Amino acid sequence: MTIQNAAPKKKNFIIRFLNINTSKETSGRDLPLWRQLLLQVLTLFIGATVMFPIMYIITMSLSSQTTRPSSLQLFPKEISFVAYQQVLDHPTANPVSFIELLRNSVVLSTVVGLIAVFVAVSAAYAFSRFKFSMRQTLMVMVFIPLLMPAIGLATPLYLLLNSVRLADCGDGVMALAPFATCAVGAGKMVFNLRDSLYGVGISMVAGALPFAVWNLKGYIDTIPEALEEAAAIDGADANQIFFRIMLPLAVPQLAVTFFIGFIGHWQEFAMSWLFLTKPKDYTLAMTLYNMTGQYANSIPWNRFAAMAVIVALPVAIIFIALQKQIVGGLTTGGVKG
Amino acid sequence: MMSEADKKAHRWVKFRRFTLPYVYLLPAFIVMAFITFYPLIYQVIISFTDFQLKDLMFGLESPNLNQVGFKNYIDIFTNALPVQNFEFLRILTYNFWWAISNVALHVPAGVVIAVLLNTPGLWGKRIYRAVYILPVVIPPIVVATVWRNIFHEQYGAMNQFLTAIMELLGSTDPVRLRWLESFAPPIKWLLPNSPLPLAYYAMMIANFWLGWPFMTLVATGALQSIPKDLYEAASIDGASNTQQFWNITVPLLKTAMIPASVYGFTLSFNLFAFVFFFTGGGPARSTEILVTFAYDLVRNLNLFGVAAAFAVIVFFVALFVFLVTNRITRATESYTEA
Repeated sequence: MTIQNAAPKKKNFIIRFLNINTSKETSGRDLPLWRQLLLQVLTLFIGATVMFPIMYIITMSLSSQTTRPSSLQLFPKEISFVAYQQVLDHPTANPVSFIELLRNSVVLSTVVGLIAVFVAVSAAYAFSRFKFSMRQTLMVMVFIPLLMPAIGLATPLYLLLNSVRLADCGDGVMALAPFATCAVGAGKMVFNLRDSLYGVGISMVAGALPFAVWNLKGYIDTIPEALEEAAAIDGADANQIFFRIMLPLAVPQLAVTFFIGFIGHWQEFAMSWLFLTKPKDYTLAMTLYNMTGQYANSIPWNRFAAMAVIVALPVAIIFIALQKQIVGGLTTGGVKG
Repeated sequence: MMSEADKKAHRWVKFRRFTLPYVYLLPAFIVMAFITFYPLIYQVIISFTDFQLKDLMFGLESPNLNQVGFKNYIDIFTNALPVQNFEFLRILTYNFWWAISNVALHVPAGVVIAVLLNTPGLWGKRIYRAVYILPVVIPPIVVATVWRNIFHEQYGAMNQFLTAIMELLGSTDPVRLRWLESFAPPIKWLLPNSPLPLAYYAMMIANFWLGWPFMTLVATGALQSIPKDLYEAASIDGASNTQQFWNITVPLLKTAMIPASVYGFTLSFNLFAFVFFFTGGGPARSTEILVTFAYDLVRNLNLFGVAAAFAVIVFFVALFVFLVTNRITRATESYTEA
């Protein structure tokens, strides 16, 4: 094939044996053995640095001791699932079960992701396909919140959501602030939108929606218009085109956008830690932080490590499954949008 | 001639065609009006007040609320906030330095490793690719807490590792570097405006571990789209491997790596979860970035008015970053198309 192939190959038995075993990609050229070994040392070293923190945490999670190993220990000396069992039974000092924490995380991430995608898709379609006055202005308006880091909106959302409160004024009278309040000094607050998963969900949608619009618009831009034109000639109106042609075509991208959002919401910490005060509303990400919190010397390290593995797992699975789409969507969509 | 009914129908069709785009935009804009646009306006309004914890119950109607004009903004720029260790310019400089120094390390490392992995005939390529992606898939929350643990003074793997190396060199004293607590900058001349403590280097190491695999992922995709015959033609013409790398690989990788670098820059610039979990901005706010400080203003200091003003400033910084990076991507886009 190439000039290099003309060089006499050292047809060592071992090399030939290994060559047969490697993947198809190797069929092109052979590497000289010394280079192969050099590269192997390098790649193995990189692999070791990548694996080091991962092994560290997995080893710790499989230990039955709550203390940290006093010497460097990378491979588990014992395999015990005590920590996992304890985390599942009794994740925090608060009376909240693992199932509740898991439910909070799953419901919050899923619902926020779904709302963002479904509210966004029609707007994305309009921006991609229609020409109308104000199009540029409206697009900039959707884009502006994307520039703002999520924390940037935290203050006003905190204050606005905090103003929606339900108070029990006694005698069976309920007052919903800001529309009505109990007499001064009376009333017991029963519900504060800010201090609830609904409030956190609302503020998460605020961050997720503009991203979903831009990500979906970028995808719809790549769908050729020929199908829609054919449908229009056959007499379909704009709504039929949207619901019967565009939506089915966009389903894979709706799923990808949802999952990218899900990964972010699953790890969401800033808003929930700011807004929520009741342990029963905590999410898994909050619990992880809570475990390492102020009492740093009494952290049950094996349980913390087990919790870290549990929090990381869903994100890792989704990311590995959707690698290509996520990387493509983030780099091209992120910059163009 | 059109009948009256036809005219009406025609007008109705025209009206529908005119309004349809807005109907499609309506759901998103209704939602955003309540949870994005109104809060943004509200943010600007309270940035001109001294909104504090005591005003929380009544909001803007609070009797204690004072209009303070530009005081919050002036206080931020002149470091007159009632907050310890706050210097706006230092945090801003550090934030830019943090993002730039990260991307400057991640991108070249990512490209080199991708090229290394792309070597034809390398054994175990697929296994390496699968292993190398792992840092990308682990949540930053977990990464930061694990690395924080690694840099612990007494139990941390890093000090234990350094101790083991020192033992090989003949020293018996255990290494006890206070990675996250020590304030004195190890390299004094670097960024004198905003001294970088040991924690910065610890974070750089941890974030390097987190950052290069993503760049490798992008670079690998781009490398695989470069036609093989380009290299074959070049090697027939007698180009060395190094020449091939600089004249074929690098120019063709640019198209993919520039957007990826821009993405990496914005990501590092606003890397809230990682910084918050790793050092929380400490020691003495020396590793604080804009977003973590904004968070501190709301969550711990409860200075809502100041926090709003700070967020408005952060917005303009973000706008500036966007305009610059957008210009870079646009410029390179036209370069590659030409």
